[in-house]
Amino acid sequence: MPLDAFEPSLFELSHGEGGREWIPERGGADLASLIPSEHLAPEPAALPVVSEPEAVRHFTKLSRRNFSIESGFYPLGSCTMKYNPKICDSLAGLPGFARLHPEAGADMAQGTLRLMDDISGFLAQISGMDKVTTNPCAGAHGEFCGILMVRAYHEDRGDDRDVVLVPDSAHGTNPATAAMVGYKTVEVKSNSSGCVDLDDLKSKLNDKVAALMLTNPNTLGLFEKEILDIARVVHEAGALLYYDGANLNAIAGVARPGDMGFDVVHINLHKTFSTPHGGGGPGAGPVGVKQRLIPYLPTPLIEKSGEEYTLNYDSPKSIGQLSTFYGNVGIVLRAYVYMRMHGKEGIRRNSEHAVLNARYLKHLLKDHIPPEIDAPGMHEFVLTMKDKSRFGEFNAMGLAKNLIDRGFHAPTVYFPLIVKEALMMEPTETESKRTLEEFAATVVDILNEAARDPEKAMHAPYTTPVKRLDEVSAARNPVLVHPCCE
Amino acid sequence: MSKIQDGLKYTETHEWVRVEGSVAVIGITDHAQEELTDIVHVDYPIGVGESVEKGSDCVVIESCKAAADLYAPVSGKVTETNEGLADNPAEVNDDPYGKGWIIKIEMSDPSQLDVLMDADAYRAHSE
Repeated sequence: MPLDAFEPSLFELSHGEGGREWIPERGGADLASLIPSEHLAPEPAALPVVSEPEAVRHFTKLSRRNFSIESGFYPLGSCTMKYNPKICDSLAGLPGFARLHPEAGADMAQGTLRLMDDISGFLAQISGMDKVTTNPCAGAHGEFCGILMVRAYHEDRGDDRDVVLVPDSAHGTNPATAAMVGYKTVEVKSNSSGCVDLDDLKSKLNDKVAALMLTNPNTLGLFEKEILDIARVVHEAGALLYYDGANLNAIAGVARPGDMGFDVVHINLHKTFSTPHGGGGPGAGPVGVKQRLIPYLPTPLIEKSGEEYTLNYDSPKSIGQLSTFYGNVGIVLRAYVYMRMHGKEGIRRNSEHAVLNARYLKHLLKDHIPPEIDAPGMHEFVLTMKDKSRFGEFNAMGLAKNLIDRGFHAPTVYFPLIVKEALMMEPTETESKRTLEEFAATVVDILNEAARDPEKAMHAPYTTPVKRLDEVSAARNPVLVHPCCE
Repeated sequence: MSKIQDGLKYTETHEWVRVEGSVAVIGITDHAQEELTDIVHVDYPIGVGESVEKGSDCVVIESCKAAADLYAPVSGKVTETNEGLADNPAEVNDDPYGKGWIIKIEMSDPSQLDVLMDADAYRAHSE
């Protein structure tokens, strides 16, 4: 079957009804005595019936439609899609780590706890913070943890603050996090050079502001050169400075958020430290804090007394537990291996090469698609296709769809929101010069083809199981239940 | 070139205001709807009867590309929201100055209108 063929769902492939025959009767208590009747399904679920080979083929076909860093170049901006070394998987998969039961006591998990404590120390050194927790299970979870601590800090001081400031170029998770923690968000404008407008920031700082959330470099891939002034005015207003670690891959080993004046940081291990992205998790978004926020760290705290590691649940000012277990330990261990493999020098070199690769790719493309800001950038850059006299009706989305047909993952499009027809690219340090050149040549080829045959270019992709999706209809009339499950 | 209607008041953030007695009828300009592209949802976190402050975000307008806030051009009490947009948000695209109006506010201080732009000033601002 061709790779681009549409694969029906298991429910559509089902030949027969039932499918529960092989499920053993459960022993123990009757379900009805455990779960209130209004929460029990009135009848058993209609499970699909397929043979074992049919089920295996179904999932194998779906897996072949996955695009990953292992199938092609993945320049998705602000996502740091770098290659995940296999050695990290194999060491994290050692039975002593992988088969550790979540309920095993600390006395049976000494090795794992030691590595988690060690990596917290490494991350504290890299970020310039005083203490790091590996408890949060994703970047957004880390943000939630960090801003909860900000709230706990202000509340503890009897300081009533209800606003979080977020730049207009920020990741959408920043205002979402602030809202989840109960804050109002107020936007800070960018200036003409793409960085935080210091005057606008000053005008929005007052005794109601709890924190400013910032990435550095920002989402335009530009280093916020006024960061020390930003930190000063934020602190003078009694607010805290939050570092969104999404773009840490540009500066890890070179500059430290803690030295810039940040009070709390989250670090995306799946970005900077090369662990797998997403896929339903669990991921890892460790959070580091300065001294004054240590009392609020989530429990359980991993602590060392003498030669023994313990889990401490007794921390009166803590924001509490974010998850029942350290279920993300497999991801944390992969990052540990990565850090030990590269060492301090290697991590610095990786950041330098990430910036070099981004600058080289921008150099290859900038005569064909202009950059939004033509200044030396860091690990990512933003191009714009807003000039209709140059691109006609062909736009960022069209280019993205054509790249899919050519075997590349699309870059981030239409983000940051302050750039029209934005294409945001982050090649990372793991790509070779040849890959960057092939990608750039492909982009140029697509632009030439679009100029020759705009109609064809506008309707890409042609090689995928589903072609150009009607996103507008999907958003206006969402169908959330598959017809065969109704 | 996007349309700018004479007789309306405009904000720098691309809202328009039509004054009907003490009520301000508010929408987004043709330029704003073009920038947002196809509107898929209009969300009213603030309901009829509630108060809004000039400059505060009072409506969220969502397209496939972005979610944008509508900032209240004047302070006052919300008297009506455009319920037709729930079923047909495309009216904001098709008829931004007419059927695609978004919210009506009973003004508490009509002098706030004075600082808004007229059509000519907005035309100059958009260029």
